[in-house]
Amino acid sequence: MIEVDRLVKHYRVHERPPGVGAAIRSLFSRPMRVVKAVDDISFKIAAGERVGFLGPNGAGKTTTLKMLSGLLFPTSGNARVSGYVPFERNPEFLRSIMLVAGQKQQLLWDLPPAETFELNRAIYDLPRAEYRATLDELVSVLQLEDLLQKPVRQLSLGERMKCELAAALLHRPRVLFLDEPTIGLDVTMQAAVREFIRRHNERHGVTVILTSHYMEDVAALCPRVIAIDHGRLVWDGSLTDLVRETKPEKRISLKLAAPATTAELECSGARVIESTELEVKLQVAQAQLPAAVSELLSRLQVVDMTVEDAPLEEVLSDLFARHAE
Amino acid sequence: MNDAASRSSPSRPRLRGPSFFRALRAMPGLLRVGFAGAVAYRAEFLIWVLAYTTPLIMLALWTAVAAEGAVGRFGEREFSSYFAATLIVRLGTGAWVIWDMNWEVRQGTLQRRLLWPIHALLTYLAENLAALPMRIVVAVPIAILTSLLLGNIWVRDPVQLAIIPVSFLGAFLLTFLPMAIIGTLSLWWESSVALYDLWLALYTVFSGYVVPLELFPPQLGAIVRWLPFRQMLAFPVENLTGLIGREQALHNLALQWSYITVFAVFAALMWRAGIKRFAAYGG
Repeated sequence: MIEVDRLVKHYRVHERPPGVGAAIRSLFSRPMRVVKAVDDISFKIAAGERVGFLGPNGAGKTTTLKMLSGLLFPTSGNARVSGYVPFERNPEFLRSIMLVAGQKQQLLWDLPPAETFELNRAIYDLPRAEYRATLDELVSVLQLEDLLQKPVRQLSLGERMKCELAAALLHRPRVLFLDEPTIGLDVTMQAAVREFIRRHNERHGVTVILTSHYMEDVAALCPRVIAIDHGRLVWDGSLTDLVRETKPEKRISLKLAAPATTAELECSGARVIESTELEVKLQVAQAQLPAAVSELLSRLQVVDMTVEDAPLEEVLSDLFARHAE
Repeated sequence: MNDAASRSSPSRPRLRGPSFFRALRAMPGLLRVGFAGAVAYRAEFLIWVLAYTTPLIMLALWTAVAAEGAVGRFGEREFSSYFAATLIVRLGTGAWVIWDMNWEVRQGTLQRRLLWPIHALLTYLAENLAALPMRIVVAVPIAILTSLLLGNIWVRDPVQLAIIPVSFLGAFLLTFLPMAIIGTLSLWWESSVALYDLWLALYTVFSGYVVPLELFPPQLGAIVRWLPFRQMLAFPVENLTGLIGREQALHNLALQWSYITVFAVFAALMWRAGIKRFAAYGG
């Protein structure tokens, strides 16, 4: 479905220091710097996959999505999406994909969402009956009935994002690029959007490539993760393997009935990483987990205990730090 | 391919027919939504209409001059009818694509348009055309008022009557296309509005907007007659008011549409080259 081979995108950026002198000098001389936004990345994504595209700000995630959706012309390298070369911008290709950017809306600001839907019907040349059927389904699943006639500018951020998703899916794209789709949304709405994306992928087999700063999005939606940093691919594999290889230690969270000393807590190789009077977080190697849990339960008055992987934020932070070295 | 994809692959409707016909089919929808956008801000529309008052100022100035004696074949009545027609043509042929393009390129919001399977210039064209009914709402009363005050000043020749709508459409396209070409330059320069200001200055002088072209010195007038600016305004005005005859009208019509063809090809080529430079800044 998606094949990326040694894709590169370099920008030439004009740089000038602040100040009047620099402003005047910039009239005569414009020093340019080359920014390697995407630097020789290759990967393949099969039809129907949900893939999380991760990386710090400026890593090249959005640039890659924009190249794959035909918006940006690459400096070098090849890509194929749905059998098309994106940068050739074949109308059939554009018909088969959609990019939803949380920070760039496609809804017509001054008009109700129904007008954007109608515009998309015309632009994608959708037969009326088919358009009606898809719209009815999206309106029902996303609960848009009460929003259709309100001007977009009067909708909340969450309501707008639901309408964005509906507008993006009216032409039933086979590949969905989602760039920070939950940015700025409250946790309830984030969960609703995530659930919608997951169900849409499972029901229609749409390939989903997602970037997000909310690790919950990635953990909930993406069995596979592609991580890039400074434009280079630093991980391509399952989320489970990423955690196992980068930060294999487990986290034990304890709620205690009575305070405990560090000596009592640090047993069987467990190490305290956070503690308040009655709440403690420990880190322990995977192999020593059963022994540590058993010993903690026997030694202490435990009210509640959970065992988890390290948070994805930490996993990624470690991954990027390792590649920066 | 994973199970989900192979299990449930909804039939994907393919685009129907050649791209030009698809764009034509999309036009009613684009125009309808564009019209809804045009009427969304009524106050803004009224202010936009007020921005077209230059012909009225010129009308007052030149009729004052003509009160002292005719200038060429222009007396008070001729100046009045000329500038009333100028106002009508301006209202019927206005475009603003240059500002939209510059804004969308700088903000990165052009990406919305680039994701559509229709040429972006056609979508801009539809948006600009969609405001036409609102403009006509203003232009028609002006035409009626002019007729009441000055009598029937309009052309009567049937061929020239038939030329009126074609010359108006041509004038609109000759307004739109240079805007689109200069707007496309923003893909290289980030902002090309300053260059458009230069084009606008030349237009103001050489289109007959402030002075009827036949009042130009003969040598300059001979050059100006061949420039595109005349076809953007003076030609439809002169045809509408009968200042030129049938033969001259047909000659100008041919020239107008020749310019349109050249500009349309140039705009398409510029767009194709420029789009490779789109940086889609801003996330």
